[in-house]
Amino acid sequence: MDTILEMRNITKTFPGVKALDDVNLKVRRGEIHALCGENGAGKSTLMKVLSGVYPHGTYDGDILFDDDIQSFKDIRDSEARGIIIIHQELALVPLLSIAENIFLGNELSENGVINWPKTFARTTELLGKVGLREAPNTLVTNIGVGKQQLVEIAKALSKEVKLLILDEPTSSLQENDSQKLLDLLIEFRNQGITSILISHKLNEISRVADRITVIRDGKAVSTLDCLDGQISEDDIVKDMVGRDMAHRYPERTPNIGATMMEVRNWTCYHPLHPTQKLIKDVHIDVAAGEVVGIAGLMGAGRTELAMSIFGKSYGHNISGDVLMHGKSVDVSTVQRAIAAGLAYVTEDRKEMGLILDESITTNITLANLPGVSEHGVLNEGAERGVAEEYRQKINIRTPNVGQKVINLSGGNQQKVVLSKWLFAGPEVLILDEPTRGIDVGAKYEIYSIINQLAADGKGVIMISSEMPELLGMCDRIYVMNEGEIKGQLAASDASQEKIMHMILKG
Amino acid sequence: MSETSTKNISYYLRTHMREYGMVLALIAIMAFFQYLTDGVLMKPVNLTNLFLQNSYVIIMAVGMLLVIVGGNIDLSVGSVVGFIGALAAVMAVQWDLPTVVVVPVCLVVGGLIGCAQGYWVAYWRIPSFIVTLAGMLVFRGLTLALLGGASVGPFPANFQLMSSGFVPDFFGGLIEGRFNVFSMALGVFVAVLLPVLGLRARAKQARFAAVEEPMAFFAAKHALAGLAILYIAYLLSTYRGLPNVLIIMAVLIAIFTFVTNSTTIGRRIYAMGGNEKAAQLSGINTRKLAFLTFANMGMLAGLAGLVFAARLNTATPKAGFAFELDVIAAVFIGGASMSGGVGKIIGAVVGALIMGVMNNGMSIVGVGIDWQQVIKGLVLLAAVIFDVYNKNKA
Repeated sequence: MDTILEMRNITKTFPGVKALDDVNLKVRRGEIHALCGENGAGKSTLMKVLSGVYPHGTYDGDILFDDDIQSFKDIRDSEARGIIIIHQELALVPLLSIAENIFLGNELSENGVINWPKTFARTTELLGKVGLREAPNTLVTNIGVGKQQLVEIAKALSKEVKLLILDEPTSSLQENDSQKLLDLLIEFRNQGITSILISHKLNEISRVADRITVIRDGKAVSTLDCLDGQISEDDIVKDMVGRDMAHRYPERTPNIGATMMEVRNWTCYHPLHPTQKLIKDVHIDVAAGEVVGIAGLMGAGRTELAMSIFGKSYGHNISGDVLMHGKSVDVSTVQRAIAAGLAYVTEDRKEMGLILDESITTNITLANLPGVSEHGVLNEGAERGVAEEYRQKINIRTPNVGQKVINLSGGNQQKVVLSKWLFAGPEVLILDEPTRGIDVGAKYEIYSIINQLAADGKGVIMISSEMPELLGMCDRIYVMNEGEIKGQLAASDASQEKIMHMILKG
Repeated sequence: MSETSTKNISYYLRTHMREYGMVLALIAIMAFFQYLTDGVLMKPVNLTNLFLQNSYVIIMAVGMLLVIVGGNIDLSVGSVVGFIGALAAVMAVQWDLPTVVVVPVCLVVGGLIGCAQGYWVAYWRIPSFIVTLAGMLVFRGLTLALLGGASVGPFPANFQLMSSGFVPDFFGGLIEGRFNVFSMALGVFVAVLLPVLGLRARAKQARFAAVEEPMAFFAAKHALAGLAILYIAYLLSTYRGLPNVLIIMAVLIAIFTFVTNSTTIGRRIYAMGGNEKAAQLSGINTRKLAFLTFANMGMLAGLAGLVFAARLNTATPKAGFAFELDVIAAVFIGGASMSGGVGKIIGAVVGALIMGVMNNGMSIVGVGIDWQQVIKGLVLLAAVIFDVYNKNKA
């Protein structure tokens, strides 16, 4: 069969680390080729080698594209050959229009003067191809993440694309946007465009991929052919982690105590549009030793609910009561919410959870500095002791707690955020997408930590967009949509269909 | 064993390149001018002058570091220096108020000026660049108004002591006025105190976890620092002893090093500058902290205003003009990051000294004021490029 891309014996070394070790990858013309592997396995590094981010000469091995050996010096070189990569973090300029973004750096111009009619016409045509119905002069900031992803793809199509690489394209999309994107990939395949899809979501991969290459610890461990329909998700997971994962969720015997926290009549308005009610009269509660899930689509108001409860960190004109052990508590500032026994682990750990340029130690003690100080004077030794304790207890993989957090993998960063909040000693933890963007192995560890918290008698509220995760972890699940609690399901009674039904019927 | 320890040292050096790079640069610059000036640079008289000339920059750099680490900037400090100097002159010279009244009142007014600016930055979220740019114009204008456009002076003798006074020799007479024994003793005391404190901190750390800094490195660092302190103390003692203002500076440096390294409030300022949202969600009152950094800056600018006025022995409408640039440059040369969250007190002090030594050295050599500015600008740029280069390499 016709091979469009062959990467031969690619080895890439960083000081002290072999990120890629003799990797071979063959992609056939016109297929969707999925690349799987845990975070840090080397998928992104491989794609950076391919796209010229790591220029020719900084790695060993050969890249054959269209049967020629390529020596890309930078991304422009690889783009000129038709290799276009769309990164996980979108690279759009929010305050420019869709049309301006699509042709940014590649403007349709004569002598530096932009030909706007042509630009708009081309944009309309491209938007049609990706199925996005928006005016070309709409500002990117005014459309949702799902649509922004489509703009990125339209931008790729504006160049002569032969090989489209998508790095975790659906990680920030909600279910139906993801489906649309995957349909689009299939559509492209029908038109003869080859794609490489990097994803953690196995159900998506098994839905669209023709072949799958699994990368583990910098090596390509297997290439699976999906055409005969013999590949199960468990096979992929097995190759990814190098071991059998009979249970994706650790076992737990619930030991649920008395009701610990109640939220009553919680209402909150949009911070910028004061008449828009975001959270509508929400009641939720959680008991000691219980893991309670909040399911919902993106934009359902789950994060807004959690942040408005946690020290009024989001929203405007917030009303309602929070009760701990039956007594009303003041949660009007973050300090007071912490004092009342709450902790909120953010969904956006890089922007709102961590100080990336600081050490693991500094991050872990940040929410409870009085715990490592006396009269406002820090005890550095005690601080490192605390960090060491959590490094061992939570298994943060680092040689040294003085390491900067920015150098850790997503899973280990999440463990640092969790450690910070565990050290603050809360009774109730609100975990917002606690496993977003981390790999299968680390997810299992996070689940184990959550179970341990419940076993220690803490109340856990878990917000997640991955329904299987909620079904696997929670004792009870609230279903939220458009700022309202649509209902709740006991774990024994819940299923993905029932949750979707609850979301949609409201 | 020895191989691993040398490896540790080179690893430690590489990862802490920025911290020690500037100290090495300072030493290199001093050696360079020592050679060019035929030894005039390190003459006791000149060394004394060097400290007197740069005292106000160092005093303000300490406060500016906190402001910049917190993610803000204060452009008004030069004008505040002028304004406080003018206020002191009006109070001490025109109203004949005693120094013990003038000094505290001026410090409080400086602090209030800082509060007034910090209020808009912290609680109204108006960018500090704009608030303090306004402050720069306002207080320059008020300085002119207060002085009526003319210079006011001279100050009473005890007011001048703040800047031009020297620590008296309490052991006087031992070596008939030729050598200030007390100053030397003070130098010896500090040279011994620093390694003792360092050892204690290491011991405390070792009880909980392995100490990061290699022992050999620790010893070498303190030996060098101790020798430098002894040498400078010796040189100053052979002239008139330690200037009062040097003591003020040393105390401020000690206090603020302690605050930034070892207190919760210091840690929180770094956290705020590093990631304000994460800090807020960790229960840190970032507004109050930003406000405090400005209040502190205002007070230190007030102190610098007093020191500067006392040194000139007169308050002029031009006093403090463009000082903010020297202060901010010192902080950035010292390794602080424009985006906040990064920077050290000792770095800012070294940055100020680099600027000071260059000013002084170039003046002695006879470089014109025009080329001095060009060279200082290039040094600032080079220091920041060095920073960025190091960061990208890591």
